Amino acid sequence: MHRDEIPPGTLYLLILKTLARSGEMHGYEIANSIQRISDDILQVEEGSLYPALQRMLVKGWVTAKWGTTAGNRRARYYQLTAAGRKQLNVEMSQFERVIGAITRVIEAV
Amino acid sequence: MDWLRELARRLRMLIHRRQFDAELEEEMRLHLELRQHEQLQSGMTEGDARAAARRRFGNTTYLKQESHIAWGWEWFENLAQDARYGLRMLRKSPGFSAVAVLTIALGIGATTAIFSVVDATLLHPLPYPQPEQLVSIEDDLPGVGAQDVGMSQPEWQDLQRSGIFEYVSPTWFDENNLTGSSQPARVRLLIVAPNYFALLAVKPQLGRAFNPGDHSPGLTPEVLISDGLWKRAFGGDPHILDRSIRLDTDLYRIVGVMPQGFDAPGRITEERNIEVWAATSFYGLPMSDHPPRSGRNLPTAVARLKPGLTIAAAQSRLEALVAALQKEFPEDYPKPSAWTVRLLPLKERVVGNIRQSLILLLGAVGLVLLIGCVNVANLLLARASARGREMAIRQALGAARLRLTSQLLTESLFLSLLGGIAGLAILFCTKGFLLRFVPDSLPRLNDISISWSVLLFALGASVVAGAIFGLAPALHAGRVDLTHSLKESARGSTGSGEQARSRRILVVIEFALSLVLMVAAGLLLRSFRDLVNVRLGFTPQNVMAVRTRLPFPNDPKTDTYATPAQEASFFRGLLRRSRALPRVEDAALGDTASIPLDESLRDLKLIAEGQFLFTVEGRDIQSDEPAVVERSSVTPEYFHLLNMPLLRGRPFDESDNDRAPQVAVINEAFARTYWPNQNPIGKRFRNARADSPWITIVGIIANARTESLAEAGVPKIYLDLYQTGGKRLAIFLRGHLDTAAIPDEVREQVQSVDPALPVFGAQALSDTVSASLSERRFSMEIVALFALIALLLAGLGIYGVISYLVSERTHEIGIRLALGAERRSILQMVLGQGLGLVIVGAAVGLVGAVVVSHLMTGLLYGVRPTDPLTFVVVALLLIGVALLACYIPARRALRVDPLVALRYE
Repeated sequence: MHRDEIPPGTLYLLILKTLARSGEMHGYEIANSIQRISDDILQVEEGSLYPALQRMLVKGWVTAKWGTTAGNRRARYYQLTAAGRKQLNVEMSQFERVIGAITRVIEAV
Repeated sequence: MDWLRELARRLRMLIHRRQFDAELEEEMRLHLELRQHEQLQSGMTEGDARAAARRRFGNTTYLKQESHIAWGWEWFENLAQDARYGLRMLRKSPGFSAVAVLTIALGIGATTAIFSVVDATLLHPLPYPQPEQLVSIEDDLPGVGAQDVGMSQPEWQDLQRSGIFEYVSPTWFDENNLTGSSQPARVRLLIVAPNYFALLAVKPQLGRAFNPGDHSPGLTPEVLISDGLWKRAFGGDPHILDRSIRLDTDLYRIVGVMPQGFDAPGRITEERNIEVWAATSFYGLPMSDHPPRSGRNLPTAVARLKPGLTIAAAQSRLEALVAALQKEFPEDYPKPSAWTVRLLPLKERVVGNIRQSLILLLGAVGLVLLIGCVNVANLLLARASARGREMAIRQALGAARLRLTSQLLTESLFLSLLGGIAGLAILFCTKGFLLRFVPDSLPRLNDISISWSVLLFALGASVVAGAIFGLAPALHAGRVDLTHSLKESARGSTGSGEQARSRRILVVIEFALSLVLMVAAGLLLRSFRDLVNVRLGFTPQNVMAVRTRLPFPNDPKTDTYATPAQEASFFRGLLRRSRALPRVEDAALGDTASIPLDESLRDLKLIAEGQFLFTVEGRDIQSDEPAVVERSSVTPEYFHLLNMPLLRGRPFDESDNDRAPQVAVINEAFARTYWPNQNPIGKRFRNARADSPWITIVGIIANARTESLAEAGVPKIYLDLYQTGGKRLAIFLRGHLDTAAIPDEVREQVQSVDPALPVFGAQALSDTVSASLSERRFSMEIVALFALIALLLAGLGIYGVISYLVSERTHEIGIRLALGAERRSILQMVLGQGLGLVIVGAAVGLVGAVVVSHLMTGLLYGVRPTDPLTFVVVALLLIGVALLACYIPARRALRVDPLVALRYE
């Protein structure tokens, strides 16, 4: 099955949106969730989630705390903060603006 | 606020770095394992599943690093790593580290010590509000060669009204007898205008200041006292206000106590430690009701400029005012005397005298620090060549040049900061000890402290020093030629030609700097020796002076010493009793100006003492202008007691009393100035005031250095104390005296005549003479110490370089010896190399020394700034030390066994 790389700059948006939808998640769940919902089309280079999550921690968009998985393993769960929600809106509108513009360009006769 | 929270998060991460890394690791491992598990379930083999999981995840090492960098502490971690590495290097070679740190510690410690003095005196503004508006006013009469002659009361009023100043206050230093406590005491009194404290803008800690608008005649019946006097004489009594005290038998009311640490702005210690302030508008009893314009009896004045006025602008307005006054009162301001008024920053008056000495010391200590830096740079270069291989290998393994350079610089900074801390620690521990070397006469002595600015200076000096001595090795490290140094190291020989050249240049610099410092020290040493060995013209040995003071009440009716006859009978009684003291062979009286070389009152014009404006009888009108001469009043025994030989005429005798015409004994210098090629005996002169009587010259004594050790022929006149009278007295005693017992013995005698008189200021004249050199001695000793350190460092420096050169050439020397070279020629070769460096260094240093010695001309006595003897001796000394330092490695070179040297290959 062919998988597409995600467009550059949208990784934050994907993580933020995923977390907004499902509350708490650890890194592996976030990667799987993005992949599943996009019907396996969007594939994140899974490792790059982690530097991105760290940068988001610095910015204060997410918080992390340790918990246990269903399989009784220790895992770090990420959760959106108020600042993160605000950032999601910013990223969303930015993304829609860009997509809208691109759509108009390619649909123009 | 967001950035604050972000900073807090970043800091938390920094503190828990290790935990952070572990958690990231765990998180990633979980991810990989879960993915592998999923792949296994989809039917892959174990190995394939792991590989697939890894592939999907990416490069874990890289990702960990990226996650780490996200927090922005990379620079800090590099620095910490460099520092850790530096520390390890320092610990690995403790000998090297100790020498380097100690060198820097001495340099920084000494520099910081001198800076703390400079900071307190020269850099800090005076401790009064808006100090830049405060000026000192000085009147000069350049036409008759008189400076700072003081002003008259009408002139003060003119200045006050001129619109240039906010306030003007004459100040008048005086002493008074404070009676009423257990023992009569002499207090330092400053008579000021009522606006004085408003002018300085300082408030008393207790009570109030004078009313600045007061213009009533005479002295106000109110005084302020210092914190010191309050605590000493009144036990810090909180109900001191409105208490009455007697000063010279007059009654005053205490209205205020000045705060602790309040110093009057004065030029010398006595003038700064005022104990009582009294106010007057300088007319009315005890002064004249209508003070004349020409009577310059207000010795000094301070003023506060109108806000926004610069000193230069005020000066030009003042000159216009002076010109107008000269036109209005031509008879009071005769043209030839060319009256001018000068404004200078008040701070200049307080610290002006010592600026040059302090700058000299700071320069000297700076040179020592610089030499220390050069030395450490040399050590580092030597070590860098030993570490050349390490650097080359690290570079070959991929270390960036910039990282290597920054690592070496970090090491150097580490060394210098350690040195700085050690230096400060040494300074802190020895502070009390060091302060004892500082002469008491230094203004603002109590302000010297290790303040924030001093700490900042030490930090800055350390960083600069580290950068200076770390630069050369760091730059070299960045320029390592890989193939060359790896090959070279393999052969066992180290160091590049370029490094050797740098080290030679450093040695040349070191020698040049040392020479400058040693020439400065040599010149100061010669000046000092000449001053100590100068022929005084009087004999201070076995002579003591003890001071007492007669009261001078404001109301003449209460004055028990009002007439010369009353004073004379006191003098006679005191002399008779003094001669009867045990071991006293001879006794005399004089005023305070008669104490030779008494620095405690230097520059202080006292009422009716010291400088004397006079006119000479029979001069033509044109030159019949008042001139200034030093004078003192003494009893006839004075000259004999101090062993000052009479050259002509007669000394004072019994016939010279208050009913006889006034007579004077003058010194040769005065005779030669006014009666060249004439016999001055019988000639007359008088005080410049028109109503004063003529004074006949009866004797001439040889010149003596009673005013200044550095000046041989200061014109001086002596008047007879029985004729002039005197309030401020010095009792001179000669004999094999018990110096500890004398003050009490004299007090007993004085108070048996008048129990209300204070006795104070006992001093052995030989101590007075050496105390007059204390400031010179201080700067001479310090510069000499610094020069010695510099010489030592320079010697070590050249020793290091020559040893290094010899060890580098061991092989070559071995071959030469094996081929039959004579030992002498090898010795010559090694010494010649050292000598070449020294001669270049000395030549550069001589140029610098000429410049520096001219800058310090004002501090020299008896030697020219280009004194050839000093220059030659210093250069030879330096060359001698260098040859010695070279000789040790040269001897080692000679002991090289050709066989061993060759096998060394």
